[in-house]
Parts: sequence; C-alpha cells; structure tokens
Amino acid sequence: MLEVTGLAKAFTLHLQAGLRIRVLAHVDLRVDAGQCLALVGPSGAGKSTLLRSLYGNYGADSGQIRVRHGDDIVDLAAASPRVVVDIRARTIGYVSQFLRVVPRVAAIDIVAEAASGDRRARAAALLSRLNIPARLHALPPATFSGGEQQRVNLARGFIGGHPVLLLDEPTASLDDANRDIVIAMILEAKAAGTAIVGIFHDTEVRDAVADLRYHVAPIQDAA
Amino acid sequence: MEHDTLLSARGLTLHFGATPALVDVDADLWPGEVLAVVGESGSGKSTLLNVLSGRLAPDAGVAWYRDPAGALHDIHAMPAPALRTLHRSDWGFVHQNPRENLRMAVTAGGNVGERLMARGSRHYGDIRAAAISWLEQVEIDADRVDDLPRTFSGGMLQRLQIARTLVTHPRLVFMDEPTGGLDVSVQARLLDLIRGLVRRLGIAAVLVTHDLAVARLLAHRIMVMQRGRVVESGLTDRVLDDPRHAYTQLLVSSVLGA
Repeated sequence: MLEVTGLAKAFTLHLQAGLRIRVLAHVDLRVDAGQCLALVGPSGAGKSTLLRSLYGNYGADSGQIRVRHGDDIVDLAAASPRVVVDIRARTIGYVSQFLRVVPRVAAIDIVAEAASGDRRARAAALLSRLNIPARLHALPPATFSGGEQQRVNLARGFIGGHPVLLLDEPTASLDDANRDIVIAMILEAKAAGTAIVGIFHDTEVRDAVADLRYHVAPIQDAA
Repeated sequence: MEHDTLLSARGLTLHFGATPALVDVDADLWPGEVLAVVGESGSGKSTLLNVLSGRLAPDAGVAWYRDPAGALHDIHAMPAPALRTLHRSDWGFVHQNPRENLRMAVTAGGNVGERLMARGSRHYGDIRAAAISWLEQVEIDADRVDDLPRTFSGGMLQRLQIARTLVTHPRLVFMDEPTGGLDVSVQARLLDLIRGLVRRLGIAAVLVTHDLAVARLLAHRIMVMQRGRVVESGLTDRVLDDPRHAYTQLLVSSVLGA
C-alpha cells in the first residue's frame, strides 16, 4: 500500500542565518494492506516529521513515497499539489494530534465533511461510539475538552475509510475506556485491509495494534 | 496552457513607473479549486487579481480563460463588451469594500436581483424569490429585502455583496481581502459562509488575502508574493507548515496560530 525509499528531510531556517537541521535520512519502510507499522524512537527523533511527510504536509527533499492510489502507484513526494489533494480525499487519511477547530462548524459536520455518501448518519454513529453524546454533535468543538476534541478528530479520520491511515498519538489524551474503543477501531480498520502508520506513546496501545516497528533515530551530525 | 485549467497565466509582468508590480508571474486555476495569493501590502497580490480579471492590462505576458464550451479566451485581447458579459455571468468579483460593488441607493433585494436581470431574467416574482433565497443563504433576514444597504452593518454589506456575486452561479470568483476591515467575530461568520458556499457550489476562486489563517481555511493551494514575484507556491498546508523561502518563513513566523 505504502512504500518509502531513501526519504530525506531537512529544514533550512533562513531566519536563523540559514541554519540547516537534518531530521530524516535514508528512511526505508513498507506497509501492506491490513498491517500497522509503529514509528518508535525518542522524543525529537523525527517521528512526527516522518508522519507529516507521508501526508505531504512536509515536503520531502529526496526519496520516494509510493502509494497505491486507485489503480495507480503514485509517488507522493513528487506529486503536484492537486494530486496530493486527491490522494488525501481518496487514499490517505490523517489523524493529527490536535483538532484544528473551524469557527462555527458543528462537530458532526467537521466529521461528516471528511467523507462522502450518507455522511451525517455515519458521523453521528462514530461520534456516539467515541462517547461524544448526541447533545454535543451540533456544537462547534471549540469549547470541548482536549479528550473530546481528539475523539472528534479520530471520528473525522476514520469516517473516510481511507486505505491508508496515519495516526499521530491517537490515544494521548484519552481515558482507558475511550482508549480501548480506539484500539478496537484500529483493529477493525486493519481487518478491513487498511494500512496504518502510527505514533503510539502508550506501549499497551502499540502492542495491541502494531505488527511492525520502524525505529526513527536522531541524526547525530546535525550540521 | 494546461489542457483542463479554468484560468492560466504565463509571464505576467507589469510596472507602475519604475516599480515592478508583477514580475514574470505564472498561475493556473482548475475548476472548483480555491487559490490563495498572500503577501504583505505592495507585494503585487491585488495587482495580480486585477490583471487576471482583465481590470488591468499587463506590460507583458498572457492570461487565458476557458469558457464552459471549452473555448480559450485571451483575457486582455477580448473586446470590452465580451469581458463585461463575462463579469456579469461566468465571473464574480468580491471587493474588500462592498460599496464598490453594491448600489447603495437600491434595495438589498434589488442589488441581488440586478445581476439576474443583467443576465436576462425578466420574471419579477422569480427574481424576488431568488433574491430572498440568497439573502437567507448569506444569513440576512428575508424581511430586510426592501431595505437600503446603508442601513446595514459592515458585515451585512459584505454578505450582501457575496449574495449579489453568487446569485448568477459564477464558475470563477475573484476575491480581494473579503474579510478585511471586519471585526474578528464577523470575519469568522463570513469565512464559514464563504467556505460552505464555495464547497457546496464547486466554485473556483482566486482569493487575495494578507491573512494566512484565511488562506488556510479556504484555499487548496497558495502562492506567496514578494515585490511582484511569486517566491513560493504549493499545497496550502505544506507552504504554511513547511515554508521553504525566507520570505514565507518570515510571514509564517510573524503571525500567531495561522
């Protein structure tokens, strides 16, 4: 489903006298349908940078991110912005660590607009499964707690049924009951053939869902 | 020109005296896509909007528009009446100051209905019904239909301008700082409205803004301009979260939470 070869990423900080920070180099990984790969490594090693690169949110400097998109294999690292938009609509879903709240848009619509078809009913079902009570569905999540916002974000990520799902700390601010629901949802997505790449700080969650690990090591010669 | 774009420009260059306002600017817009043009005052972004919409002619370069039948038109070689017809039908223009677009001595309903009449609608009842429907879509009470715009607040005027612009279902809308000069709470409402309408109607838009948060909320792609040049362009969240050019990094680092 997703195959990364020779991925490298550095940030050049022009406002800091052109300081260049190498974060990723020689990243090779592969995830097949129904597999879950966990990115592991110390804080600051570049796990989130790698995950964001797989979504096209960060641009790769070199290497390939090949993904099965419909009937084609597309290199996300070299794809035009319009192709990336289409890949995100149909192939790669992403659950960020924090919900980006849109003013005035209700929770149910934030979830529903990430899918097509009979969306509001599915959005309501997903939110309810994640213990967001129906009376909150029509409210914009700006005033929700951190855990509630994260569950709205999870519903938004899972509703699309994307063949590839990227998860950045999906259970970080959840209690045990909601964490178990998210584990069940991840296992169901895998059973349905979804390829998943995730960052899971919670080792219990990681052990429950991950088949593979990729160790992201800090680059020592940062210069 | 790419074979399926709605609007394309190559090599647009324009000087105001010795000042370069546009330097070799290329742009493409596809149907249903929102393209944001960002940069600070004097970067050339409003000039680019005026050139793309045919309101200004470039010194060099060319811009094409593809009509619904697939025919290409060189925007700056079109006869003036044909360009005016485009502006009344396929295109819309949302100004920062709604008074530039609205007729202040004509009722709210009249302002919306006028665009329909200019396009050939003649049935008074239909025009009035369409006007009321559009006022409601931009969250203006239907009972304000016979009021004059001068009795409206700034945010209402901007929403009225949007109703007037969208009533003819344009394929392409040019927006120049549509939320500029409005209170933050009014901006949020207007942004949400524009976002919903653009998505629902599948309208393509070129959006000029100095506000990166507006660009993030509304635009698929973004072009960053500095001193008349496009210094960086790409997917909106890529450009804002992983800016490459020094000027983009300066813009992004200068605002809170964009």
